[in-house]
Amino acid sequence: MNHLSLIIKREYLTKVRNKSFIIMTVLSPLIMIALIAVVAYLSQLNNNKNRTIAVLDESGLLSSIFKNSDNITFDILADISLEKAIEQVKAKEIYGLLHVGKRDDLENISKHIKFYSEESPSLTIISDLENKLEAKLTDLKLQMSGVDIQKIRTSKTNVNIAQESFTGETSSKIDNVLKLAFGGIAGYLLFMFIIIYGNMIMRSVIEEKTSRIIEVIISSVKPIQLMMGKIIGTSLAGITQFVIWLILGGIAMFILSAIFGIDLAQMQTPQQEMMQQAMSNPDNQEQIQQVMNAFFNLPIANLIVAFIFFFIGGYLLYSSLYAAIGAAVDNETDTQQFMMPILMPLILAVYVGVFTVIEDPHGTVSTVFSFIPLTSPVVMLMRIPFGVPIWQQLLSLGLLIGTFMFSVWFAAKIYRVGILMYGKKPSYKELYKWLRY
Amino acid sequence: MNDLLVAQSVSKNFGNFKALNKVSISVPKGSIFGLLGPNGAGKTTLIRIINQITMPDEGEVLLDGMPLQSHHIRDIGYLPEERGLYKSMKVGEQALYLAQLKGLSKSDAKERLKYWFDKLDIGEWWNKKIQELSKGQAQKIQFVVTVLHRPKLLIFDEPFSGFDPINANLIKDEILQLRDEGATVIFSTHRMESVEELCDHIALIHKSNKVLDGNLNAIKREFKTNTFEVGLQTNTPEEVTKIINEKFEVLPATFKNLNDDLKLNIKLNGTTTSNDLLSFLTTKAEVHHFVEVIPSANDIFIQTVKNN
Repeated sequence: MNHLSLIIKREYLTKVRNKSFIIMTVLSPLIMIALIAVVAYLSQLNNNKNRTIAVLDESGLLSSIFKNSDNITFDILADISLEKAIEQVKAKEIYGLLHVGKRDDLENISKHIKFYSEESPSLTIISDLENKLEAKLTDLKLQMSGVDIQKIRTSKTNVNIAQESFTGETSSKIDNVLKLAFGGIAGYLLFMFIIIYGNMIMRSVIEEKTSRIIEVIISSVKPIQLMMGKIIGTSLAGITQFVIWLILGGIAMFILSAIFGIDLAQMQTPQQEMMQQAMSNPDNQEQIQQVMNAFFNLPIANLIVAFIFFFIGGYLLYSSLYAAIGAAVDNETDTQQFMMPILMPLILAVYVGVFTVIEDPHGTVSTVFSFIPLTSPVVMLMRIPFGVPIWQQLLSLGLLIGTFMFSVWFAAKIYRVGILMYGKKPSYKELYKWLRY
Repeated sequence: MNDLLVAQSVSKNFGNFKALNKVSISVPKGSIFGLLGPNGAGKTTLIRIINQITMPDEGEVLLDGMPLQSHHIRDIGYLPEERGLYKSMKVGEQALYLAQLKGLSKSDAKERLKYWFDKLDIGEWWNKKIQELSKGQAQKIQFVVTVLHRPKLLIFDEPFSGFDPINANLIKDEILQLRDEGATVIFSTHRMESVEELCDHIALIHKSNKVLDGNLNAIKREFKTNTFEVGLQTNTPEEVTKIINEKFEVLPATFKNLNDDLKLNIKLNGTTTSNDLLSFLTTKAEVHHFVEVIPSANDIFIQTVKNN
């Protein structure tokens, strides 16, 4: 096993000392931050732009709803024909003209509203106008049929269903959001890790082939030792990079938000947004308390242990396949045909995780996919926050480990034969033959 | 036990292709053993089996009388034909790494590397990257790494490719010195002149079968045809030729020498000795050149491969 540690050490050091690795490690978080900052800045710029919209309301019923806001200034026109109004708007270079036709009955007004503009108008502005008009027209219709609008407003009720399992654990919507966030982050992290560092392993195997050192090495160590050493060494380099990214990213975020005062809350992931929404309800204090409770309600110990095992298991499973691909081909362009079967289950896992687990964490689809070894690491990690029975976790982990052993055996076979094969672009049939050498 | 390495009817199939068919070789201790054969004959497969890179389907390989085991890796130094080094790694670091993989301790490896780097006068390369070196320079490093752990058995597959004549000679001398210090060498090449110079024993593999093996001199004796190159000086070449033709079998001669009027290859039958021929010739003309034709390794190689 002394050999293994030597190989791991070499792989780790060459990866970490590699110039492009260092540059990527330092620059990636900075580029990310810069990108986020630019996007945030641009969207702010866009939001701040004030647009003027002319309104020609011939019905005379709706003028009261056009109140100037931060983004839109309304220019109310009166006693003017539509043609003249359009001309005027054009001459003044105003953003657009909203025209409400003259109709006596409320029923038909909605069908005679039109927006004229130079270019097709922004979707948010149109839907904003539509909302305003709809609300006002609904109110007017209700009034006409003799309904007291005040009464309707006061009788509107907000319901937040409290949840309690049969064993007495209370939870709420916030719990679920938090669970989703945890599961999603864990699953996504694994997905990214596999793609980035799996590729790195593959490239390093190919490099050994093209530099023709492989036979020298193989006459000293067993192929499986070399393969495992590569996988572990590269993973350690990957973890190093990830940790540096987290630290740098954190520092950069902190500095950026301190200096430029960019409101970070504005650019968050959908999950965080959902949390934000949940928190921005009234009774803020109570909500925060609930979030804290929800956090402590999570099966934290289970999460951490499962994360470690499924992450390692899933990562090793995939990286051994990447190593096998690297061994089978001569150069990176030949890898395409073998990449698909690896990426498919991975992408499938993420889709199942995102769409099915959120909807129904313990449904048939989620459960089945959390047992199939190629998808189980991602899907199970997303399911676990919702509470998965230990026997299921163990069974899934057992299957994963079993498959991992098989894939390492398989990869080692391909690896042993493939690393000494040059100049051939292997087909699947060829690979099958290699298994029997 | 006089043989360091014995392969006993080793066979290997790749799918339907038979790469080795019951090949047996014995490599005597302290010898330089030439493993010869045309391209694709199965030499590299046999070498890989000896290095435990691939496993034989049938047969067994014994090192020092023991079946090959993984610890034997340390007793073998292998310079493959397809060779290279990590391009972006520094020379010293890389040599240390490869030496450690062969089981040397770091301090041991450092000491021996210093010895070899001084000997080959390449000490200043220690901190260079391989990609900064020329191909021949990288080959030197590769050679040092192969022999560094003082293996009992050295296997060189085309060791001189990529070297200029001066460096090829340098490496050849190092190989001979290693042999003198007790190492056994298996040497695979197409370059017959280096076989002639270096090898004591050879084995010839052709189309997955071993077709010839043994002591090189013994093989040459086996292949010689009792033919003598004769250079004569005479004023009447036609007449002399005619006389000789009546008594002996004469073949056209192609050897080169300075100023003989008559050049002949004369083949003797079973009963006539070289002395008989020589005394016959001295009565007919002045003998300037009289040499037995010894088949070269090249002749043996070509003849054997063609006949099989």
